[in-house]
Amino acid sequence: MSILVSISFQFFQSVLLIASAPLLMGWMGQNRAWLSNKTGAGILQPYRVIHKLLLKETVLAKNASFLFCSVPYIYFAVMCLITMIIPVFWSQMAFSAIADVITLIGLFALARIFLALAAMDIGTAFGSMGARREMLVSFLAEPAFLMVFFNLALMNQTTSLTQIVTTMLSHSFLINPSLAFAAIAFFMVLLAENARLPVDNPTTHLELTMIHEAMILEYSGRHLALIEWANQLKLLNYFAIAIALFCPWGITNTLEMTPLISSIVIVVFKLLIIGSGLSLFEVLSAKVRLFRAPEFLTSAFILAILGVLIQLLALR
Amino acid sequence: MDYPLILTLGVTLYWIILGISGGLLLRYTTNNTRILFLLGVFGCITLLLIGIFSLNSTPGNVTLPIGIPGFPLHFCRDNLSAFFVLLLSVASIGIGMFSSHYFRHVDSRTQSLLFFNYHWFLASMVWVFLAADAYGFLTAWEFMALSSYFLIVAFKSSPETSYAGFLYLLIAHLGAIAILFSFTIMSPSQPDFTFEAMRHGLLSPTKANFAFILALAGFGAKAGLLPLHIWLPEAHPAAPSPVSALMSGVMLTTAIYGMLRVFFDLLSNQDIAINCGLIVLIAGLLTALLGVILAAMQTDMKRLLAYSSIENMGIIVLAIGLALLFNSAHLSLFAALALVAALFHCFNHALFKSLLFLCTGNVLHATGERNLGKLGGLIAHMPWVAGFALIGTLAMAGVPPLNGFFSEWLLMQAFLFSPNIPIPYLNMLIPVAAAAFALSIGLAAYVMVKFYGIIFLGKPRETKLKHAEDAAFLEKLGLGWFAVWCVLTGLFPFPILHILNQLTANLLNQPNLALPQQSSWLFLTPTQFTRGSYSPFLLFCFIILIVALLYIMIRWFYNGQSRRSPAWDCGYGLQTARMQDTAEGFGQPITHIFSPFLYVRSKVPAAFDNTPVYSSQTDDRFWNVLYWPVLQLILMGAKLVSKLQQGRISYYLLYSFLTLLLLLWWSA
Repeated sequence: MSILVSISFQFFQSVLLIASAPLLMGWMGQNRAWLSNKTGAGILQPYRVIHKLLLKETVLAKNASFLFCSVPYIYFAVMCLITMIIPVFWSQMAFSAIADVITLIGLFALARIFLALAAMDIGTAFGSMGARREMLVSFLAEPAFLMVFFNLALMNQTTSLTQIVTTMLSHSFLINPSLAFAAIAFFMVLLAENARLPVDNPTTHLELTMIHEAMILEYSGRHLALIEWANQLKLLNYFAIAIALFCPWGITNTLEMTPLISSIVIVVFKLLIIGSGLSLFEVLSAKVRLFRAPEFLTSAFILAILGVLIQLLALR
Repeated sequence: MDYPLILTLGVTLYWIILGISGGLLLRYTTNNTRILFLLGVFGCITLLLIGIFSLNSTPGNVTLPIGIPGFPLHFCRDNLSAFFVLLLSVASIGIGMFSSHYFRHVDSRTQSLLFFNYHWFLASMVWVFLAADAYGFLTAWEFMALSSYFLIVAFKSSPETSYAGFLYLLIAHLGAIAILFSFTIMSPSQPDFTFEAMRHGLLSPTKANFAFILALAGFGAKAGLLPLHIWLPEAHPAAPSPVSALMSGVMLTTAIYGMLRVFFDLLSNQDIAINCGLIVLIAGLLTALLGVILAAMQTDMKRLLAYSSIENMGIIVLAIGLALLFNSAHLSLFAALALVAALFHCFNHALFKSLLFLCTGNVLHATGERNLGKLGGLIAHMPWVAGFALIGTLAMAGVPPLNGFFSEWLLMQAFLFSPNIPIPYLNMLIPVAAAAFALSIGLAAYVMVKFYGIIFLGKPRETKLKHAEDAAFLEKLGLGWFAVWCVLTGLFPFPILHILNQLTANLLNQPNLALPQQSSWLFLTPTQFTRGSYSPFLLFCFIILIVALLYIMIRWFYNGQSRRSPAWDCGYGLQTARMQDTAEGFGQPITHIFSPFLYVRSKVPAAFDNTPVYSSQTDDRFWNVLYWPVLQLILMGAKLVSKLQQGRISYYLLYSFLTLLLLLWWSA
């Protein structure tokens, strides 16, 4: 019975998150508009875009292979899977045992490699340029990300996300210097991996600057809709990981009505706050040159390592 | 009498006889490679079956009265040997099937040479794994080095090939000398070279550590550890692809076998300094990092894979170093975890690297090009090879749910236990090593995207690529064998984990070591379930399920139509295949970032140059910094010695006389 309940809640949570991922992006877009004194398109705009793209005919390049056509589906599926693993509202998620934090990074890498390969499939100059830049950003972001998780895993003696959240919840609110380093590093990785400013500009199609957009230039129609949606889901996943790792207080341990509703309210509130914060950061910052991006990520990597070393000092 | 061991030796004898008779047959007849190689594969399958059926049998010994009188050959089959023989049989089945078609179009002389040496090579590797005395081990080691040398130079006799062969032979022998010294130090009483005697002898700590370092250097030369790696990127492009696959997938692991045999078995009773483990760790780490950085900037597909082999060997040695550190801190459980990671990665590497080398063989056959800058778009013309290569690429990039990820996952888990080591400076150093390891994983993904993207994706960079043909049936069978193994070991690592758990427990001399690396057949955990878990099969099922659901839903509710048109590319109509990234272009950011560690020579023309020439070449610094000075010293010494050579008999008589005087003076 309890397994049935937990699995059904798992499905409820996953469907809710997958369905509301564009909402978060819409919220951020609206925030950015407000911050730059514009009216904005409303927080439902991403839904309209996805709906429009899904209705359109898909135009494929003549030499597009099966890889190109299947990547949007794989990319979306991997992001959905990650959503199922992260304990967002409830700390004892049923599917969390499928993958721990190291596997989580592996899954992000899987999605990224497929996307980069698809970008190279058509054989345009922009496609391979985007793939190269994306891999350049990620080969530094990935180890930084891994070191952030390493830090948390050392602290909580586990790599399972549910265990990390449970252990963190059992402490009262604590400020740990190593976690501060890890949080800054994670935030930098989040910016880089989600193609946000200052590493990449999600709204540009200027050849000198685009990274992520260059990879998906050849996609259209339903494929593009899936990729856009998966990107929104990816951002939501990163936010959820940030909440689970650094600020899990409010996530419920028990599957009862009242704590669950309060947990949902608190987590949604946190997501909106992070979204606003990120929009504010983006409005205030400018894009760095491409070759400054490795420096940006190297500093994230070094911060993450510093965090681990401080954690070790604390453990001794 | 130990029947599995006798049978295994019987298979090697079968290979030798097959090699000789088949070699003769191929010399004087034509078109027999298919049946003859498949006869060899029959031996591999027998070996695999023996391995599977004798999994749980106790270790066995055999003494054969062959060789020098008074020194019979000892063979022993314990878990470690049995695992590596199993690895060899799995890899050689696929490679044999592939070779049976691949070598059809070579002239009969080369065919016979290849066939003969190929089977000698297989047999000698089995002997290396089974030998239980230093004498037999080194003999087999030499056979292995020689037969692989002839395989490297067999194909075509260009100066590069003979140079590569020479370099390989040189480094192989430097390594062999180091191993010989190491064994000599370890043998307690001189006439007894058996491993059994070495195991129980007692050495002084200095001697034991010396033997340890010599063994590391000796086996490191075979594994391609820094700075003895330079033969690998030369040998692989020169060798035929199935030979590269065998050398990279299996022969490199003989070095890992040797290290494990010496470090954990022969020296297990000795007093080894804890810093020896650290040296191994650092050597592995530097090798992994440099290997992958150099792989990222290669333009030759087989060189790229060779550097990637160096990287993978580095990762395995890194795991061994970690195991040694845990072991010297008496943390057997965590040592076992790191060892399982090392051995599992050996197995995975044998699978995916063989697969990729065979794929490059197909590409080479179909296009005649090894240069990445002249390939591209082969997915349209060689869909089978492209599909199999994709599996190998993903496995090597280390992404779930394929097999390459799992061993890296285990190693990362082992790293997480490092705070248990009660030595402060190690506590601080090992996480930094973990960070560098993470960096090498990130770079490996870069390398693999480059490898696959430039060969198989995009538009063909040359017109002749449009006539590329897909693999033949037997070649597909060989490729498919490895691809299936990659997927299956990724999804169900339990049988192999089971073997490895037993192996490491025996190797660490802790038969009762509890290694619950699997809490059920579905979930994998490092030590206990709360420590973290991973279920590749469920993960795979979920991805497939969501993809299927998504596909159906979009077809059902929305527009499923598509139209083909020319590529958009931001509306630029004049695009050609040459505007895609070349191999140099794709590797350029890495070259830019890591240029201080590399030797980059580039030539960029001036703005108003009428005949502009661009060139850029990247090498690792080791050749210039380490090998070139030594080479110069040797040449200088040789010049000095040649002054003695006067060509007149009176001088030579004088030399003899002086030598005699010297000797008399010495003995007096």
